[in-house]
Amino acid sequence: MRHLISIADLERQDIERILERADSFAEVSGRSIKKVPVLRGRTVVNLFYESSTRTSSSFELAAKRLSADLLNVKTLGSAVDKGESLKDTVRTLSAYDPALVVIRSPWAGAAELVARWTPAAVVNAGDGKREHPTQALLDLYTLRQRVGALDGLKVWIVGDVLHSRVARSNVLAFGRMGCEVTVAGPPTLVPREIESLGCRVRASLDELADADVVYALRMQRERMEGAFVPSLREYAARYQIDGRRLRPHQILMHPGPVNRGVELSAEVIDSPQALIAQQVESGVVVRMAVLYELLASGGEEEATYGTGFTEEMPEPALAEVAGRPE
Amino acid sequence: MIGRLDGAGSRPAGALDARAAPPAWLLVRGAHLLDPRTGLDGPGDLLLREGCVAELGAPGSLEAPPEAEELDAAGLHALPAFFDPHVHLRVPGREDEEDVESGTRAAAAGGFGGILAMPNTDPVVDTAPVLRSLRERARAQAHVPVGFLAAITRDQAGTELTEMADLADAGAIAFTDDGLPVRSAGVLRMALQYQRLAGLPLALHEEDPELSGAGAMHEGAVSAVLGVAGIPSISESTMVARDAALAGYEAGRVHVQHLSARESVEAVERAKAAGVAITAEATPHHLALVDEDVRTLDTARKMNPPLRAEADRRALIEGLRSGAIDCVATDHAPHAREEKEEPFELAPMGTIGLETAFAALHTELVLPGILSLGLLVERMTAGAELFSLPTPELRVGATASVCLFDLSASWTVGEQGYQSRSENSCFGGRRLTGAVRLTVAGGAVAWRAPALAAHPA
Repeated sequence: MRHLISIADLERQDIERILERADSFAEVSGRSIKKVPVLRGRTVVNLFYESSTRTSSSFELAAKRLSADLLNVKTLGSAVDKGESLKDTVRTLSAYDPALVVIRSPWAGAAELVARWTPAAVVNAGDGKREHPTQALLDLYTLRQRVGALDGLKVWIVGDVLHSRVARSNVLAFGRMGCEVTVAGPPTLVPREIESLGCRVRASLDELADADVVYALRMQRERMEGAFVPSLREYAARYQIDGRRLRPHQILMHPGPVNRGVELSAEVIDSPQALIAQQVESGVVVRMAVLYELLASGGEEEATYGTGFTEEMPEPALAEVAGRPE
Repeated sequence: MIGRLDGAGSRPAGALDARAAPPAWLLVRGAHLLDPRTGLDGPGDLLLREGCVAELGAPGSLEAPPEAEELDAAGLHALPAFFDPHVHLRVPGREDEEDVESGTRAAAAGGFGGILAMPNTDPVVDTAPVLRSLRERARAQAHVPVGFLAAITRDQAGTELTEMADLADAGAIAFTDDGLPVRSAGVLRMALQYQRLAGLPLALHEEDPELSGAGAMHEGAVSAVLGVAGIPSISESTMVARDAALAGYEAGRVHVQHLSARESVEAVERAKAAGVAITAEATPHHLALVDEDVRTLDTARKMNPPLRAEADRRALIEGLRSGAIDCVATDHAPHAREEKEEPFELAPMGTIGLETAFAALHTELVLPGILSLGLLVERMTAGAELFSLPTPELRVGATASVCLFDLSASWTVGEQGYQSRSENSCFGGRRLTGAVRLTVAGGAVAWRAPALAAHPA
């Protein structure tokens, strides 16, 4: 695997391998010194064309825990602000010889363009409304930790599907893992022919009781102004996941940040059925696994976590970290 | 003739402008002569004398006058040169993307003997002085005869009519706000009324901006997967239906540009059946490509109207065959490389098309047996008559407008660069069959492929 652009590029076995690697990194994260020297001497560029807290910080932590040098490029105040094109920015950053570029852009296809213009590996950290593959991977990881195998699970993705890259990556990802996916939301916020991603479409939550997993999407306030729904009140009345709608056997997920009282009620956010905090926590180890997959796996069995790890950093011991599925 | 306005007779060839060039003296020997209008379809000799078709004869039967160059054209097809009623020459304002010289050179290289240029330039062609300056430039630079359309509304703002009568006197071929729809039904109605004074057709870019919104590609399965906002087919078809109704009511003459959707073809068919003076064009890219081809988000395939679904493409082909769609037009739309090297949603809409139009349709429609060669040639030359201009014909006495094609030669689009100043071809990298060897336009040799060396007599 050279880049991570879309979940559609991953086979189920690729996903399994990344999730298993994330498990082994979870063990590292439990230590007091949460660092392994896998990417020592290699540079990771975080190129973010949109404000983002959790995605950019978890990529930053993931890179640092793998001992990479990290370059954070926020577009505000940078050359981009002065009208530099994406191509020139990528070419310029490539001159620093990064091993990997993480790109977040408001535009679909930006990650492919970056991959065309840099020799580095590229991770799509969100391109327009198209995809957010590492979010989907961390969601799979989190859910698998809670329930084990995902085959046959019924997953409902609820809310503003039209504007959601998380929805698109997750329909693909849950589908790859053998789940039955339904998307539900106001008809104004569900694109025509979204079924072609491999999901059913429902306009109401009448059959939500069938779901094993309820994945609520963020309802952005600016969509209200776009008149996609008549009011937040009516949206909440029809689509909010609350204590009435969420059945005791169901698991609740949300990519964050949550609009309390809009897509989710306070009681369900704080309930033990919610995996929202675990999703954030999984972000770091899953992104470590993605960086490892692209930069360090090299097709070989995971014999080591890199070559540079010898004298200066005697621990943790390689064998302890490597190749442990659980 | 469809929907000619009262008093608007066929204009002389002089209504178009081209640079002065020596008239062609040429004996084309042994080509397959094909002209669906005159019924020619077989091997023969073609003599061009002083820029006109002088004689047609059996292979080897004609003698070359001493002034004439003799071309051994065995294995080549001689066709009436094509006419493109929809080209963006980008002059004035974006000479970095195209100009009269490069755009007409691209036309000649594609086998076109005449083109019409759109007025959505900077400034917009909305006054007679701008139009006159363009015509003057064409008389200095154009390799093939060019006509210019003027805007329907001032600055294409959609609110006030241009001085259409004055522009007609200055030589406008027709009126259009192409690039934008005439959003207001009231304004279009007034344009249709005023059209009686100017005596020229209105060419319409049909799109409802509210339905298109921020759309960047066809609304369908591919846009849903890509998360790119869609432009629904009804954005076009509802406006075609609206404007056909307005044209019917005002007895106006309208030409619908770049049809893309099945529903729009149906709307044109209904209007024609109801007797509305309406004609329509379709582009090679809408006839050859679909939204699946946009899955890679290649910005060269971003255009407006967008590449639509396979059912739409089939409806366009059927419309071209039945005559619901009167002609092929390229909507040649050059864009600067840096503007196309942006993410798909940011990139401007448009593809160049002059150099690939015939080869793309020959490859995609004629070779697989979907359309006959004769019908394709008819539809690629039909645009002139829709604007009351003389149709290119292989007929004795006609001004020479001829192209020579090698229909078995394949080439890769873009491999040898482009004659256009821009390179945003939606067919870039594709292998096409059918290559232009020579184009005679407006009675003069306008293009000669490097491979076809001159043999002076």
